[in-house]
Amino acid sequence: MKALSRAWLLDPSPASRGQARLGQAYLGWLKLIRNPLAVAGVVIVGALVVMAVAAPLLATHDPIAQSLPDRLLPPLSPGHWLGTDEFGRDIYSRIVYGARVTLYIVLLVTVTAPLFGLLIGVMAGYYGGAVDVALMRFTDIFLAFPRLILALAFVAALGPGIENAVFAIALTAWPPYARVARAETLTIRGADYIAAVRLQGAGSGRILVSHVAPMCLPSVIIRVTLDMAGIILTAAGLGFLGLGAQPPLPEWGLMISSGRKFLFDQWWVATMPGLAIFIVSLGFNLLGDGLRDVLDPRSASGGKG
Amino acid sequence: MRGEGGPLLEVEDLRVTFDTEAGPVEAVRGVSFTLGRERLGIVGESGSGKTMTGRSVLRLVRPPGRIEAKRMAFEGVDLLGLSERSMRTLRGKRIAMVMQDPKFSLNPVMSVGDQLTEGLRRRDRLGKADAVRRALEMLEAVQIRDPERVLGAYPHELSGGMGQRVMIAMMLIPEPDLLIADEPTSALDVTVQREVLAIMDRLVRERGMGLLFISHDLTLVSKFCDRVLVMYRGKVVEEVMADQLHAAKHPYTQGLLNCLPRVGGAREPLPVLERDPSWAE
Amino acid sequence: MALIEIDDLEVTFGSGADAVRAVRGVSISVAAKESFGLVGESGSGKSTVLRAICGLAPISGGAIRINGAALGSRRDKGFARRVQMVFQDPYASLHPKRTIDATLAEPLTIHGLGGRDKRVVSALEDVGLDPKFRFRYPHQLSGGQRQRVAIARTLMLEPEILLLDEPTSALDASVQAEVLNLLSRLRAARGLTFLMVSHDLAVIDHMCDRLAVMQQGMVVEQIDRAALADDSARDPYTRELLAASV
Ligand SMILES: Nc1ncnc2c1ncn2[C@@H]1O[C@H](COP(=O)(O)OP(=O)(O)OP(=O)(O)O)[C@@H](O)[C@H]1O
Ligand SMILES: Nc1ncnc2c1ncn2[C@@H]1O[C@H](COP(=O)(O)OP(=O)(O)OP(=O)(O)O)[C@@H](O)[C@H]1O
Ligand SMILES: [Mg+2]
Ligand SMILES: [Mg+2]
Repeated sequence: MKALSRAWLLDPSPASRGQARLGQAYLGWLKLIRNPLAVAGVVIVGALVVMAVAAPLLATHDPIAQSLPDRLLPPLSPGHWLGTDEFGRDIYSRIVYGARVTLYIVLLVTVTAPLFGLLIGVMAGYYGGAVDVALMRFTDIFLAFPRLILALAFVAALGPGIENAVFAIALTAWPPYARVARAETLTIRGADYIAAVRLQGAGSGRILVSHVAPMCLPSVIIRVTLDMAGIILTAAGLGFLGLGAQPPLPEWGLMISSGRKFLFDQWWVATMPGLAIFIVSLGFNLLGDGLRDVLDPRSASGGKG
Repeated sequence: MRGEGGPLLEVEDLRVTFDTEAGPVEAVRGVSFTLGRERLGIVGESGSGKTMTGRSVLRLVRPPGRIEAKRMAFEGVDLLGLSERSMRTLRGKRIAMVMQDPKFSLNPVMSVGDQLTEGLRRRDRLGKADAVRRALEMLEAVQIRDPERVLGAYPHELSGGMGQRVMIAMMLIPEPDLLIADEPTSALDVTVQREVLAIMDRLVRERGMGLLFISHDLTLVSKFCDRVLVMYRGKVVEEVMADQLHAAKHPYTQGLLNCLPRVGGAREPLPVLERDPSWAE
Repeated sequence: MALIEIDDLEVTFGSGADAVRAVRGVSISVAAKESFGLVGESGSGKSTVLRAICGLAPISGGAIRINGAALGSRRDKGFARRVQMVFQDPYASLHPKRTIDATLAEPLTIHGLGGRDKRVVSALEDVGLDPKFRFRYPHQLSGGQRQRVAIARTLMLEPEILLLDEPTSALDASVQAEVLNLLSRLRAARGLTFLMVSHDLAVIDHMCDRLAVMQQGMVVEQIDRAALADDSARDPYTRELLAASV
């Protein structure tokens, strides 16, 4: 089978739908990895995924097993190269397992907030008029509150826990996506290619889902990737305040929170998870910047320069 | 002090290459010309590199496109050596370009009036009333029938030809020294076209503006320009005086001329261009 | 009986003080298998007439009848199968993120028609495009190729009426000749009725039997090809257009 060779992917005259799609994706990938910073982003996010998937293999200790004799060991101690926390748990292993929690949060937020925002934004932009006004005022209400405060209020109402934290974050994260999608929709709803499908008898549902939404998707994806750092930080913040993940779950924000008490004498307890958050946030930001170059319809449309 | 004697724009051996994943694509392959305070036409079929030549002068070719030239100078200043910042001060004010696709080049969510007056207010520090007055004058000059309404309209509320004229007005407002017009009249009927060309002509004759007029309409270019470059596959295959265009020697130029329908002409299929690989060499 | 009858059509955008009367009392009728041209000043409402027929512009007065039946305010699927439109700008009329195949198959899916593969391939063949273009994206095609795809798309539903809004004004002379030849051939082969807008009198003269000249939203003259040739146009704008076009 000749599939998946470079020449097959880059064939200017693909022989099937699948080949065309894979070919476009491969071109995008080539463009992405030409940008060194984006590569760094890909590597960091990839590492996060690997860490989450292979956590049992990578971890050296049970992340929640306490061992009080080993408490507060400094980094580079034998067997605990990032040190241990106040219950003698291995910080490295907790960070590795914490990747699962972070990824879980990231995934949950990405399947909820952007989809909801996209839906609202596309409908507001496409129908215009009263629908637009109503939906955008609704969006403004959510935008008007600072994210962490609104999330706090939700969690306070719903009770602490990861799912509730994610729900709260998603509720506060969607308005910007709605705005992005609406702005994009406004510029394309009058396009001839939309008029052309309408002329073929397509209903609004079909036009919105298969013609308008795909054009808004790149901007939303870029925005989501760039926001990911903020989302991780909010989740960590909720964890830190004791409103997100609950102990003994190895959540990074929670780990910082518990390390805060020894910040001056045993700095590593709070610093190591802090570094993890920093690196992962940076990774998503770099990836988002790289994706902007690849996905931005204005730079990718090629032909007409 | 402006150098009245020397040429406005000198281009020598201009090359534009796109480094695509599938290998390099040479869009412009060694184009040279000089432009004084005159009307120079560039004609050629679609994809022959006319737009890329025009955009190169403003250094507006997007990556992965690359511009190279032995020399590309505006009033003696090397354009390729300038910083992006000095380039930005040239663009719009001294060198303006009417883009081929007004619907793409105009901002879809900003009113025509705001787009027309933006430059005047920011760059020339004109008051709102003065800027609006200038914009109205310009819209009237390009034969827009109800300029007040158009000023408040958004690009999607304009007809194809009106969009094109708004774009022209926008580029002429700062009174540039060099205007690159990329298919500026392709959506205009002959009567409006005549007026729009008259404005450009006046600017060339009275203010000594240089005009690079890109078009695929050979008849138009032969009537309007002084000299014409004929491009094929990124190269200039022929340079003729505009009024001699119908007597052009190159088979490609001849072929392009033959493709045009004529009022009262026969109804049989129009001749199409038979391309000869040797033209590209 | 005429296939397309437009009777005293009025199109007004907006309302109150900002109302724009883009079309003011236009009446034309086009017989079956005829090719009718609309020429006129830029901004005179030519595109708006076509868009009104398609339900893309707000009709404020008058009537449009297709085969005697008046069109209501909504265009249904049945309308799509009888009337299709080719847009002016081939760069703007194809969805940038869909392959040619997806674009051509879309109308078949909407109308639940089978044999998609076969129909897409034969549509490409009809407009003279190599099957290797089938899975390309629009940005991988030239302007002329894109306009062929746009024409192929309109033919998927086998309509009897094609509305053509400046189908060649974004194309260069050689490609224009190819597209015009293609349109003439398709019209002869399929017995299509054309209503074609152009600002280029020579193109209309080449393609159409009769034409209407528009200015400021009104038809100022209707004339046939023969009359154009013996210079018997009466309206000053028509004469000006003619004088500038030869
Ligand atoms: N981003 C890109 N990647 C690869 N090739 C490109 C890109 N942009 C333009 N080209 C190529 O550059 C060549 C010249 O394009 P250009 O737009 O200058 O043509 P043109 O003469 O202006 O044609 P037209 O009359 O259609 O406007 C084309 O063959 C095109 O395929
Ligand atoms: N959506 C809209 N809202 C408001 N006015 C509009 C809208 N669409 C068109 N118009 C106006 O209607 C008039 C006719 O436009 P139309 O597009 O029909 O012109 P046209 O004859 O096709 O001109 P061209 O040859 O320049 O394309 C113009 O004055 C235009 O500004
Ligand atoms: Mg061009
Ligand atoms: Mg029009």
